[in-house]
Amino acid sequence: MSDIGMLNTVKAAEDPVRRVLDGPRGARPKRTFSRTNIFLYGTLIVVALYYLLPLYVMLVTSVKGMPEIRAGNVFAPPLEITFQPWVKAWAEACTGVNCEGLSRGFWNSVRILIPSVLLSISIALVSGYTLSKWKFKGSEVFFTILIVGAFIPYQVMLYPIVIILRDVGNFLGVQLFGSLTGLVLVHSVFGMPILTLLFRNYFASIPEELFKAARVDGAGFWGILFRIMLPMSLPILVVAIILQVTGIWNDFLFGVVYTRADSYPMTVQLNNIVNSVQGIKEYNVNMAATLLTGLVPLFVYFVSGKLFVRGIAAGAVKG
Amino acid sequence: MAIAEDAGARAAPREQTVRRPNRLLRNLWPKFALLPMIATAVVVFLGGTLWTVVYSFTSSGLLPRRNWVGLDQYDRLWSTTKWIVSIQNLALYGVFSLVFTLVIGFTLAALLDRKVRGEDVFRTIFLYPFALSFIVTGLVWQWILNPDFGIQGVVREWGWESFTFNPLNDPDIVMFGLLIAGLWQGTGLIMCIMLAGLRGIDDDIWKATRVDGIPTWKTYVQVIIPMMRPVFVTAVVLIASGIIKLYDLVVAQTSGGPGISSEVPAKYVMVSMFGAQNLGQGFAASTMMLLSVVIILIPWAYLEFGGRRRV
Amino acid sequence: MTMTADPQSRPADRTAASGGHSVEIRDLDLQFGAVKVLQKLNLDVHEGEFLVLLGSSGCGKSTLLNCIAGLLEPTDGQIFIKGRNVTWEEPSNRGIGMVFQSYALYPQMSVRGNLSFGLKNARFSRDEIERRVSRAAEILQIQPLLDRKPGALSGGQRQRVAIGRALVRDVDVFLFDEPLSNLDAKLRADLRVELKRLHSRLRNTMIYVTHDQVEAMTLADRIAIMKGGEIMQLASPDEIYNRPKNRYVADFIGSPSMNFLEGQLQGETFRKDDLSLPMVGYDWASRPQGERGAIVGIRPEHVITGELVAGAPVRAEVVADVVEPMGSDTLVWGTLGGEAFRIRMDGNARVKEGDRLPIGIDPSRASLFDSRTELRL
Repeated sequence: MSDIGMLNTVKAAEDPVRRVLDGPRGARPKRTFSRTNIFLYGTLIVVALYYLLPLYVMLVTSVKGMPEIRAGNVFAPPLEITFQPWVKAWAEACTGVNCEGLSRGFWNSVRILIPSVLLSISIALVSGYTLSKWKFKGSEVFFTILIVGAFIPYQVMLYPIVIILRDVGNFLGVQLFGSLTGLVLVHSVFGMPILTLLFRNYFASIPEELFKAARVDGAGFWGILFRIMLPMSLPILVVAIILQVTGIWNDFLFGVVYTRADSYPMTVQLNNIVNSVQGIKEYNVNMAATLLTGLVPLFVYFVSGKLFVRGIAAGAVKG
Repeated sequence: MAIAEDAGARAAPREQTVRRPNRLLRNLWPKFALLPMIATAVVVFLGGTLWTVVYSFTSSGLLPRRNWVGLDQYDRLWSTTKWIVSIQNLALYGVFSLVFTLVIGFTLAALLDRKVRGEDVFRTIFLYPFALSFIVTGLVWQWILNPDFGIQGVVREWGWESFTFNPLNDPDIVMFGLLIAGLWQGTGLIMCIMLAGLRGIDDDIWKATRVDGIPTWKTYVQVIIPMMRPVFVTAVVLIASGIIKLYDLVVAQTSGGPGISSEVPAKYVMVSMFGAQNLGQGFAASTMMLLSVVIILIPWAYLEFGGRRRV
Repeated sequence: MTMTADPQSRPADRTAASGGHSVEIRDLDLQFGAVKVLQKLNLDVHEGEFLVLLGSSGCGKSTLLNCIAGLLEPTDGQIFIKGRNVTWEEPSNRGIGMVFQSYALYPQMSVRGNLSFGLKNARFSRDEIERRVSRAAEILQIQPLLDRKPGALSGGQRQRVAIGRALVRDVDVFLFDEPLSNLDAKLRADLRVELKRLHSRLRNTMIYVTHDQVEAMTLADRIAIMKGGEIMQLASPDEIYNRPKNRYVADFIGSPSMNFLEGQLQGETFRKDDLSLPMVGYDWASRPQGERGAIVGIRPEHVITGELVAGAPVRAEVVADVVEPMGSDTLVWGTLGGEAFRIRMDGNARVKEGDRLPIGIDPSRASLFDSRTELRL
């Protein structure tokens, strides 16, 4: 799903979402082994197994040998565990004539991710702060355009951005279109609506009097931001980081449009490896590669736990 | 009230007035700090969108050119089978995705809200697919739906030799193959939003219905769901906007196949612009996507903000 | 037009202008869109004065204070502090300190950090900062709290720190924006006394916004009662209580509020039904004679009851409708001449609902208003 909806999720659910973590409100089931309870837990467990199935399939397939895969089915547990597919996926898998494995895509993604997260969050932080505490005539108009823009399908803006990147790149004498720098800028641009909204609403929730007190104390625009607001913003920064790390890592569309073969992010390279028409299908390598690509967001998800829930509630994760 | 008579210790006359300093020059930092956002909003979002719409009326091919051809691109678009199929596919996927995501999301949320032990564990499991990209989702479900080794193979192995479930190679049901993957990935989010909505309902409502002796299911249908209208609106907008953008999943899972039976509009745009060097078609198709968003969003915006002023 | 006031003129010359005006406001206008929040407002605050801006919510009192502080830009008008035109000056350059309702302490800084933040911004030397912080801490008795975070303080302690933050700035004018509203009743009373003590020790100009008339009456040298962005009356608490300038002020001050009887003024006598009050002490000579509509206001606590009724200039009878014993006194709700009439009696008064209560009225303690303009006659 996209970040469009996130915008209003933020609006509608920022507060309630904390309530997700508050504990249930519904009617209390009576006895432990009542019929209702068996039905309730039975359903939940079956559904949970269904949701876990693909993770299980990825895992078991990625540690089987090809003969075993051809002899059995996707759900069968491995008889003999081998890590060869993982090694191959990481270091040897081919996209076209290039056989360096997914590692290249991984490092590309890392090189895209870090500056994109830093840049997009910095811009949005300053914008959100300005919009909440230093409003000036017209500032809200631009913000409205930004928010409405987030609802527009990216396809409409893809080509104009190609032109902007090419022309600005030519003007500055650097390559923007087709380079990692260009992609970083694109991620910052498209991360802006949701992140700006996130920070704007957060800063708006900080009492106005605190801001006034700082002004009486002689702090200026940047002084208030860095010495008063920022130290209070750790939770929302973490939410923004979760949002951006998973969103940018999982991006496919911008990667495929704005980078070239040698700078493809991991998702694009993964798709090229798995869906390549040449050669025989090595399902175990494919699944190892798929799981490898999913590891970063899964890691973020399981480590951040409840903050992730707040994050998606504050804005759905994907861009 | 009389103006003060003495000038105190000041030499300056009391009645002096100081005019308002130039509004634009006052507080320059905020304006400077907002420049990236203003540039993004005006140049990329507003300018880019208008540019694409304008160039959809040209015969641009490999490069954008200003040869005005009126609605030709749209005529061609709507007489292209692939586009028609894309629209039909999206409509089919959209309707089922919307209904199932809402139903499953709400049901799971309602089940979790019944003071379930291990709620955290269940919630973590239902939501983790949402952390994964559509590429990963598409590829893993491509593998699970593999006719030889996946679900169909397993059921046949169990002895039901004639069992057939091969959505990714069957043009008639390929969209359902995508739907299975899409639902797996996206229902967790809607569940979370629904859960947030349920938690937002006053506990006293539950107490009141219990005092009145209303059965639980009836409480949900007649009291809780109507109270959660805003949450449902949010969820619908969220799901709908995701549906229109459907692209990565198709690329990863089916590449639009078999044949053109799982093509979608976003993919049509991408292929026209960056594959077939037919920019004009891409611009026209993306303008149609824009139009569909406008059609979905305007009633929603009207419902959300109509009559009220946005704060 | 040029601005000639030099920026060096801050707290140094405190004594020079003593007895003069500390804050002057000239024709201040403030509009938010079409809403006029302040209208042509003029106000002079004396050096060392404790001025209270009092009014119900939305009257513009906080807005006015924010304009003085420089936190809101006026639409028109001028603001002078110590004779210097500060209308477009930054808040930190105005020589003011401000205390907020929600305390507005910086949560991530210790108390010491909170107190010294403004001084650091103004690039004071470390020794000077230390000296001022310890002086403020001593005055407010918060030395033991200096290294704590605001989160670890009670409401009363937080408000002391907030006052300290204004104190260290060593400024002429203190602005208080409902500083006690977030405290519970007992603490509020304690801090009120402390504020009064602080003022008599420091002798700074203090401008204090509140909607609580008890705070206003007890703290103020002068009270400005505001309504709809205008000052209704600016006078000493005693004057405001005894000689309210118009019906609004009369109604606003006092609890329970003043009783109003609408009737006719014939010559120097107010008549309503069979009640007639000879109004003494009014300047009749300069007023037009003849019959006119008037309102007489009588405070519930000025109604004479019990044995004293016999000696009262005017006597009447009220039917008790509701009786509220409050311990220290008893409130009786009744009607007089068809209008609601409240009487505050001694706590020991034995009155039952339905009783016919003889009362006396002393016209010299009543207030008379024109029924059309509602201004005091």
